[in-house]
Amino acid sequence: MIDLDMGKYVFYVWGSYGATAVALISLTIASVIAHRTQKRKLQALLDESRQP
Amino acid sequence: MLKASLALLKRDIGLSWSRGGGPILAVGFYLTLMAMIPLSLGPETQVLARVAPGLTWLSLALASLLSLERLFERDYEDGLFDILRGGKLPLEAIALIKCLAQWIGTGLILALLTPMVMIILGAPVEAAGLSLVAAVLGSLSFALIGGVGASLSLGSRKGGVLIALLVLPFYVPPVIFGAGLMQAYLTGAPITQALGLLGAYSLFALALCPIATGAALRSALN
Amino acid sequence: MISWLANPERFSRIFTPIRPYVGVAAALMFMWGLYLCFASPEDYQQGDTVRIMYMHVPAAWMAMAVYLIMGIASFFGLIWRHSLADVAAKAAAPIGAAFTALSLLTGSLWGRPMWGTWWEWDGRMTSVLVLFLFYIGYMALHAAIEDETRAAKSTAILAMIGLVNLPVIKFSVDWWNTLHQGASVVRADGPSIAPDMLWPLLVMALAFKLLFVWLWLLRIDTELMARRYRALRARLSFAEEGN
Repeated sequence: MIDLDMGKYVFYVWGSYGATAVALISLTIASVIAHRTQKRKLQALLDESRQP
Repeated sequence: MLKASLALLKRDIGLSWSRGGGPILAVGFYLTLMAMIPLSLGPETQVLARVAPGLTWLSLALASLLSLERLFERDYEDGLFDILRGGKLPLEAIALIKCLAQWIGTGLILALLTPMVMIILGAPVEAAGLSLVAAVLGSLSFALIGGVGASLSLGSRKGGVLIALLVLPFYVPPVIFGAGLMQAYLTGAPITQALGLLGAYSLFALALCPIATGAALRSALN
Repeated sequence: MISWLANPERFSRIFTPIRPYVGVAAALMFMWGLYLCFASPEDYQQGDTVRIMYMHVPAAWMAMAVYLIMGIASFFGLIWRHSLADVAAKAAAPIGAAFTALSLLTGSLWGRPMWGTWWEWDGRMTSVLVLFLFYIGYMALHAAIEDETRAAKSTAILAMIGLVNLPVIKFSVDWWNTLHQGASVVRADGPSIAPDMLWPLLVMALAFKLLFVWLWLLRIDTELMARRYRALRARLSFAEEGN
């Protein structure tokens, strides 16, 4: 049985889960974006160096 | 070797006075901070007396930061380190000597002022001796840890603020012990534990910091 | 073994195929863990706030574990001069800083209803705050020194000095009598925590670990590509000048 009613502690409990979610998800997104950008940049440079 | 060490120590202490005015800058900063404390908190004696130890130690830590940026930079740029490295002294010893010179030239002067600062802020005169001893010990650890920060940030573009960021977390324990020691003394609690911890921290810094500073200098020179 | 793995290309070849599985495992563990977090009973003393523990404690564990990993990687980097060790330490720092910030924040949100205060300057909170400052200092130093090998050495020295803080954090609850409770999971006589709460805690901790490993591998790969990019660019512009 899942209990989602946090009673009087609703702010504290959901606040900490929300903060954790926001932090970890944004860190994940930022890391993925950085990875993609770097991959694209490197690929572009590699292509450039192969056909001068 | 001892002769070379002493010569280097003397030279560095002399340099701190003649060029750049490091100690004068630090002393001026320290006294200005002291003057600003009552102005920002209000001049009520009871309030001031309660916060005097903590704020004095905080000011001491901040003032100790000031001349760190130039501690190794000048000799690094002049290429003096390369000459010194050819000599008998290992880089660890050079690091220790330069930190000791920094301590004698700047830290000790700030330490000598500390009892006065505390008394002006409302601490009783009887606390002067103990606060001097504590400040001498604390400023030694400040100089040694500061040397680590100064050597690590050699060659970076934003020396001053970076050193503060690297070094201040390591200044936390002596500030806690030092301020706690004065607080304990003023409330009549036993002081041996805080004094022991402060001394132990400074000894640890004396043993370990020159090694780290030497390693950082070596990496900067290669 | 470590030297064998320290070759960046070999590292990429081995870990790039593994990475998606780690990511999926992390996602599944998070789903299972979150279910357990809310399926577990309330604590008879703490009520629903005990659920904050399932975020707070794994984040705090990871805050320390990641710093330990950074310290160990720095050690290897300093002794054997493997550039991959520096890449690994550098890639771990922002993740560790995020976990540290989260453990402070969730701790604050837990402390308010339980202790009646957002913040208490006890030994543990102060030392974790200092840990956070170490992460910031490490990242600032890495960003401030342009030369790569020098940045690697300086930050490695700093990371290793910062290791002294870890035992202070671990034992701060024993050294100082504080509001923080002592260890209740890792104990010589077995966990003192009820199994109903131990399970969600352990599953969440595993989810946090898997997420860290996944993020870490991803960020290491990003950094390796960035270094390849810079090296290639330098070579290209050098060739152009030669012409």
